[in-house]
Amino acid sequence: MSLTSPSKRQSAKSLIALGTAAVAAPAIAQQQTVLRVVPHSNLAVLDPIWTTAYMSRNHGYMIYDTLFGTDEKGVVKPQMVDTWSVSPDNRLWTFTLRKGLEFHDGQPVTSEDVVASLERWGKRDAMGSALMQFVARMDTPSANTFRIFLGEACGFVLEALGKPSSSVPFIMPRRIAATDPFKQIEEHIGSGPFTFKRDEFKPGDRAVYLKFAKYVPRNEPPSGTTGGKRVYVDRVEWNLALRDAQAQVNALQKGEVDIIESLGFDHFDTVRKDTSLQIPSWANLGLQYIARFNHLHKPFDNPKVRQAVIAAFSQEAFLRAQVGVKELYRPCFSMLYCNTPYGSTAGSEIQSKSNMRRAQELLKASGYDGTPIVVLKPTDLAAIQKLPDVAAQLMRQAGFKVDLQAMDWQTLVGRRAKKDPPAAGGWHMFLTAWQAFDVSSPIANPMFDGRGEKAVWFGWATDDKLVELRNQFMRATDNAQKKKLADALHARAFEVGTHVPLGEYDQPVAARKNISGFFVHNSNVYWNLKKA
Amino acid sequence: MLAFLGRRLLSTIPVLVIVSVLVFLMLRLTPGDPAAVLAGDQASPDQIAQIRTHLGLDRSIVEQYLIWAGQMLRGDLGESFFYKTEVATLIAQRLEPTLSLALVTILLAVAVAVPLGVIAAWRTGGWLDRALMGFSVLGFSVPVFVLAYLMIWLVSLKLGWLPVQGYQRLSGGVGPWLRHLTLPALTLSLIYIALIARVTRASVLETLGEDYIRTARAKGLPESKVLMRHALANAAVPIATVIGIGIALLIGGVVVTESVYAIPGLGRLTVDAVLARDFPTIQGVILFFSIVYVLVNLLVDLSYVFFDPRIRY
Repeated sequence: MSLTSPSKRQSAKSLIALGTAAVAAPAIAQQQTVLRVVPHSNLAVLDPIWTTAYMSRNHGYMIYDTLFGTDEKGVVKPQMVDTWSVSPDNRLWTFTLRKGLEFHDGQPVTSEDVVASLERWGKRDAMGSALMQFVARMDTPSANTFRIFLGEACGFVLEALGKPSSSVPFIMPRRIAATDPFKQIEEHIGSGPFTFKRDEFKPGDRAVYLKFAKYVPRNEPPSGTTGGKRVYVDRVEWNLALRDAQAQVNALQKGEVDIIESLGFDHFDTVRKDTSLQIPSWANLGLQYIARFNHLHKPFDNPKVRQAVIAAFSQEAFLRAQVGVKELYRPCFSMLYCNTPYGSTAGSEIQSKSNMRRAQELLKASGYDGTPIVVLKPTDLAAIQKLPDVAAQLMRQAGFKVDLQAMDWQTLVGRRAKKDPPAAGGWHMFLTAWQAFDVSSPIANPMFDGRGEKAVWFGWATDDKLVELRNQFMRATDNAQKKKLADALHARAFEVGTHVPLGEYDQPVAARKNISGFFVHNSNVYWNLKKA
Repeated sequence: MLAFLGRRLLSTIPVLVIVSVLVFLMLRLTPGDPAAVLAGDQASPDQIAQIRTHLGLDRSIVEQYLIWAGQMLRGDLGESFFYKTEVATLIAQRLEPTLSLALVTILLAVAVAVPLGVIAAWRTGGWLDRALMGFSVLGFSVPVFVLAYLMIWLVSLKLGWLPVQGYQRLSGGVGPWLRHLTLPALTLSLIYIALIARVTRASVLETLGEDYIRTARAKGLPESKVLMRHALANAAVPIATVIGIGIALLIGGVVVTESVYAIPGLGRLTVDAVLARDFPTIQGVILFFSIVYVLVNLLVDLSYVFFDPRIRY
């Protein structure tokens, strides 16, 4: 074949042009900056009010905005709210929204959307429902102003509205927020910095978010869930299929993904030594391990037995076994998380200044009758699966009989909801981890709920004094008074033995070196990140 | 033949009914609560109870089964508790990766294993035969995840030839599709190569001792024709059976391979559903697998007619 005739030359040119276009098309597509993320878990439920799952909360932070946020030091600051005021009797709160707030469907954010969203959240979230007990009514005097009328003054209005972790009071359009709180929402439209690509969402495979060009960020630098949510990438892709820890690191090293949200402790050194990778100080608000008693059944219905366990539980033993990397963990004897506004060690001496001999003495004096302690051990959750082994060993050393029962996490989750006696399918103890802001407030911390079987979380501690102190804390409006009450609550929780804090740790995040802009927050959010 | 087909298809109905009852009962009797999983770690017992009611899990097992069976009869596999998506849609989304992986794996395995098995039988006792036997032992013994990690380390991380993970849909082009499938298919094919090669060797070896092979050689037929036309053709029935079972197993989900290579196939869907106690999805997927097994077995049985004209149904 020769290209001598004009028509053939023309055809050849056309072919070259077509070929060039074919090559150029993907090149244009590739000009988009795509942040490829391996999240810490699978995203299943898309309604962050309906479930308390962290993945749904993180999805919420991508597409919704909040009235207030909480910065890295635990201070509540405005986010969608521009200005606010409170009446001298602390019963009327007036809020004005920032200008230019817009939902992804082009509709402006109005105060009616806010009120509808708060009402739905207040029916699902523990802190939300606590707040709603004080709320007499809410109204909307103008499109960008809403008011909260309290029947009785309380001291945690901003704390609740700026709640950074599950369930976060995300603001949705009124028509979506009108969904029955016990049904999942069907539309996923917010006013946050990213839009959700519903058509590209493949459960268990991929979730995609696009930069919302009309989002108006605040001017302050980002910190926690406060400050300017500036987006520097066009698209964020969550790889939901990549679950194997080793495969995640392989993909990061090869450059197939940019960020691993939850790097396994076993891979910490591998990543640290790789010059193309980094471990940013991102989520260093960290997490707290805890052991939770079932207060309903013998022998843990006896506070003296619980105190023997608290005395036996050396935090160092748990942290060394579970985390292993010295720089990632630290003992902390505050149930309200160390270095947070209410972080306290009041009353913690029973644990911090104790040892195994003391635990043995306490157990002997408690009248423990040798009932085997049923400890639930999850076998499939690397982040906590070694804790029950340490707990069992320490309890045996203290003089307990222990029945360590292995099961997958979901079985454990179902089992811990049962109030049956341990011998009939119930339980005595399970161990888990909480993110800092889930436990840093005496109201948010569900283990401080002493209402027995009416309590909002498993374990069902019963203590009237704890309830009374918590009620006083909710009503306190003076910061010094709140801190004093938090200390009293903390001391009482240790005295009663609601649960055992087992120390704090940082969950390392791994990223490629070309990613910058990491900042401290408690969730995994993707604003402010740049990809070179 | 048609009567046979009709009988076989009719016989699948009781199989599916029994499978559905067993799966339904096993799921309800094993520990774990989908409502607790859905509600999240911080949910209160009240919230969990509300979700349980919403999902209909507070009804009796018989009532739950009848509702589900009624849906099945209408061709409705139900909606996933976990994903709020039709189970049929979930299966459809995951079918392509699994079918692709199964197809490439089985093609690779057959292309390598059948010639190897034939040659090993032909040169029985020779070095190739012994090497094949050794390879077979290796193929059966090395866990898939070990082989997968070794392959990733060598082929992807050291040589940089192929991607570490992921699946590219066929609609994105044959090239990327094949690039993403090559490594998982290579990994997975090892065990099938070992299996099919051993069966081929045994079957061909048995055939090579038959009188008609001696006759063919006595007639002066070239050895290649003796092997391919007479020995292999007559040894094909057990080989086809093994290949058929292999296909069914591959479509049934290759969980470890899909996990290590992050392939969003049916295997991962099944594991996720089991871990989340997503009853409708587990029931739907297992029912689907049952149908696949029955159909593949039927096709294998029908293939016997092609390989051995003496077989009649």
